[in-house]
Amino acid sequence: METRYVGAPVTRNEDARLLTGRALFIDDVKLGNLLHAAVLRSPLAHARIRAIDTSAARARAGVVGIFTAADLGAMCKPGPVVVRPPPLDGVTFNARTQMPLVKDTVRHVGEPIALVVATSRYVAEDALDDIEVDYEALPVAADLEASARADAPRVHDDLADNVAAHVRQTIGDYAAAARNAARIIKRRFSYDHGCSSPIETRGVVAAWDAKADRLTVWDTTQAPVFLRNGLAGVFGFSERQVRVVAPFIGGGFGPKIMMFYPEEILIPWAAIKLGRPVKWIEDRAEHFVATTHERGQIHDAEVALAADGRILGVKDVFLHDTGAYDPYGLTVPINSQCTLLGPYVVPTYDSTFTAVFTHKPIVTPYRGAGRQHGVFVIERLLDIGARELGLDRAEIRRRNFIPPDAFPYDNKIIYQDFAPLRYDSGNYAPLLDKLLDAIGYEKFVRTEQPALRAQGRHVGIGVVCYVEGTGIGPYEGAKVQVQTSGRVSLATGVGTQGQGHYTSFAQLVADRLGVAVGDVDVVTGDTDQFYWGAGTFASRGAVVAGNAVDQAAGLVRAKILRVAAEHFECAEVDLVLGDGAVAIAGVPERTITLAALAGIANPMRGAVALGTEPGLEATSYFGPPSGATANGAHAMIVEVDPETMMIKILKYVVAHDCGTVINPLIVAGQIQGGVAQGIGNAFYEQLVFDDQAQLLNGTLADYLLPTALEVPRLEQVDTVTPSPLNPLGIKGVGEAGAIPVGALFAQALEDALELPRRGIELNEIPLSPNRLWELARGEG
Amino acid sequence: MTAPKARSVTTTVNGVRATRTVETRLLLCDFLRHELDLTGTRVGCEHGACGACTVLLDGLPVRSCLTLAVQADGHAITTVEGLAASDGTLHPLQAAFRETHALQCGYCTAGILMTLVAFLAEHPTPNEAEVRAALSGNLCRCTGYQHMVDAVLLAAPRLAGK
Repeated sequence: METRYVGAPVTRNEDARLLTGRALFIDDVKLGNLLHAAVLRSPLAHARIRAIDTSAARARAGVVGIFTAADLGAMCKPGPVVVRPPPLDGVTFNARTQMPLVKDTVRHVGEPIALVVATSRYVAEDALDDIEVDYEALPVAADLEASARADAPRVHDDLADNVAAHVRQTIGDYAAAARNAARIIKRRFSYDHGCSSPIETRGVVAAWDAKADRLTVWDTTQAPVFLRNGLAGVFGFSERQVRVVAPFIGGGFGPKIMMFYPEEILIPWAAIKLGRPVKWIEDRAEHFVATTHERGQIHDAEVALAADGRILGVKDVFLHDTGAYDPYGLTVPINSQCTLLGPYVVPTYDSTFTAVFTHKPIVTPYRGAGRQHGVFVIERLLDIGARELGLDRAEIRRRNFIPPDAFPYDNKIIYQDFAPLRYDSGNYAPLLDKLLDAIGYEKFVRTEQPALRAQGRHVGIGVVCYVEGTGIGPYEGAKVQVQTSGRVSLATGVGTQGQGHYTSFAQLVADRLGVAVGDVDVVTGDTDQFYWGAGTFASRGAVVAGNAVDQAAGLVRAKILRVAAEHFECAEVDLVLGDGAVAIAGVPERTITLAALAGIANPMRGAVALGTEPGLEATSYFGPPSGATANGAHAMIVEVDPETMMIKILKYVVAHDCGTVINPLIVAGQIQGGVAQGIGNAFYEQLVFDDQAQLLNGTLADYLLPTALEVPRLEQVDTVTPSPLNPLGIKGVGEAGAIPVGALFAQALEDALELPRRGIELNEIPLSPNRLWELARGEG
Repeated sequence: MTAPKARSVTTTVNGVRATRTVETRLLLCDFLRHELDLTGTRVGCEHGACGACTVLLDGLPVRSCLTLAVQADGHAITTVEGLAASDGTLHPLQAAFRETHALQCGYCTAGILMTLVAFLAEHPTPNEAEVRAALSGNLCRCTGYQHMVDAVLLAAPRLAGK
């Protein structure tokens, strides 16, 4: 097959709409008779609600309804566990999930207490101020380590302590391996809270059509199909009675997949109850406490090394802050546990984590989804090991790489999808070589750095490696149809939050059917257009949905050839597809357009052969046996001002391997954006809570997202090791940019300030100029 | 509980005159989006930090979430809907954004386009450092900004040559 578009830097189909302001985002949904909602949220992290007085609010002009937990009746029950715990022996998992509205006990700042529906958002917010809530403040479990202790204030009274989960996974006998070690490096590593901060916050609009008996919900969800199924269950509807539309979404990054957020129940419920459509748009202040967070973990980890730097084993015991509830199960800590193994041969491993309830907002996956923490721990251990053994930091990594002939490589533990953590493919050393070459590693370390240091400049380099588990199942599907206009429609169940699905999926179809990319109209995230699917998460869209699209387009191609062969009374092998038409090879006057063929394939009168399916249409599903393992390495040269600890990134190179690339422009964008988030996570962004679990920096003026001045120009180099687990050979790339940046910053900043010479290590993320200044003065 | 005050506001938005009676507390972004149905202007933070809602007021960029609709009375506003030609031809900066893949989710894009259109009007031949400084008042969470910088450097000579 000719691949004219796959692999080419095709500009995006969706851009014209987005650039001219015509794309429909959630707050653009406009319906007749629309009401507007606002949510009253708890100002305290732990409190009992003694009484709620809504009388003044009810009296306010323009208020249509005010609802508390008591009004919800049977609807006021805990939400589902989205991801069940892994099927491992000895796993403890205490499922405690959030309520649509708090009944009696508040467990984090921002938890919803009442819903106000009014004729405008302005009036609804006025009415929030009219509501009087009598709180009895209770002791707070804020600090992760303190919350894990037996005497900590309990987040859930019915549990004996704050343990949400306890999981141990092992490979071989670490203790025995450690006895043979030349060195054991043991350290404590911590990684604190951050949040994904998409520029568009969350939102829900719901409309109940009583005559049609149908509920339509627009939602900024990354998983429209499961939201539809869930809403049907909650309200006792058939799934056919519920349509969920995920319109254009202004960034997702993971937290927009959590379900159910309280508002996802409340807004449809209010629309049905009031018989009028209702809109709720989260504001930025709400977003900081009402949308899920990530990142709080503390690791006590050790690596056993042979004298030549080879890893004999790793032991890790860590705490994971899950916040007040754990609806997303253990995806994040299991990712940390698995991703720690990296691209390295780790013969023995003993990893135990305890997920801990705290009085903080819920933790669910955010780009990287726990992988950062694992990468940080192993990369830091290798850095310290290299230093103690007198090895070069690139060399210790190279010595431990899984060799290219060892794939598929079974790590003998299970991954977040509960499949064995088996790397499908990889070739790590050539990628590291490309990276070192591109950053000029040897030259920098041998000549440039000493020369700059002699001038009094504080410059350092970092080199880190990682793997990224991507493209997990279960499955996605796609329906491809040639319209009688000649345009091609493609529908799939995944939603899109900027990943370019309208283009990369269209490229696959265009190559199969011989049409232009711009002639393929992609519909994503509308459950009326495509019924089945899981969602956009875990860097799986291109891998799982992409292969379904390619298969469906292949089936349509076969049908086109069959119908055209009948039409021309020729053999299919004599036909060629191109320019939106089918022709007999070498006989250009015998050509029929796909538009005309689509008409022929759907006759209005007459008889068809038994078994004929109408139209040039096919649906296909793809589910890989397990995830595809992408890998990469980042390197950075950074300069630090020792007075202010402000940094300047002088050079940043990303080397990555995501298998077959559909669109290099889109892949470059994914990596650049991932690195930008990684830089924020490493050096600028930290959600700061006080001992009452009050968020102290919940504005974008205080929680600092990187700007164009903090994110440098990146260089990218790549290798292509196709995945054998899907026909296209694709591996995901969505999280590759973000994962290793914390580890990279720690190594490069240590180097720039020559901290190890003074016995100082950077074993925590996020850093900041302030924190770096403290640490560099030995005030750890 | 006093009723909010209302006032008549007359603005010229993208060359079209519009008069509405609005509450004095109504934000300009809400006026544009919900009164005039010009939803291309996006709201990201409502406290002036992200820049997504940037529009031009008499040719200069303002945060429409920090501006009241009544402050726009008697002034000319340009929104993202006013950038492309009436036949749909993209503004050179819009076209460059498409060519360089300078947008992903597209939510911050309108505010960034408006900021940069004003910037390029004053700095027709910028270098990369100047572009980055101009961009630094707008937040984008998807792109890492690099392709946006490329887009501006691509569009600047095309605009200057017009």
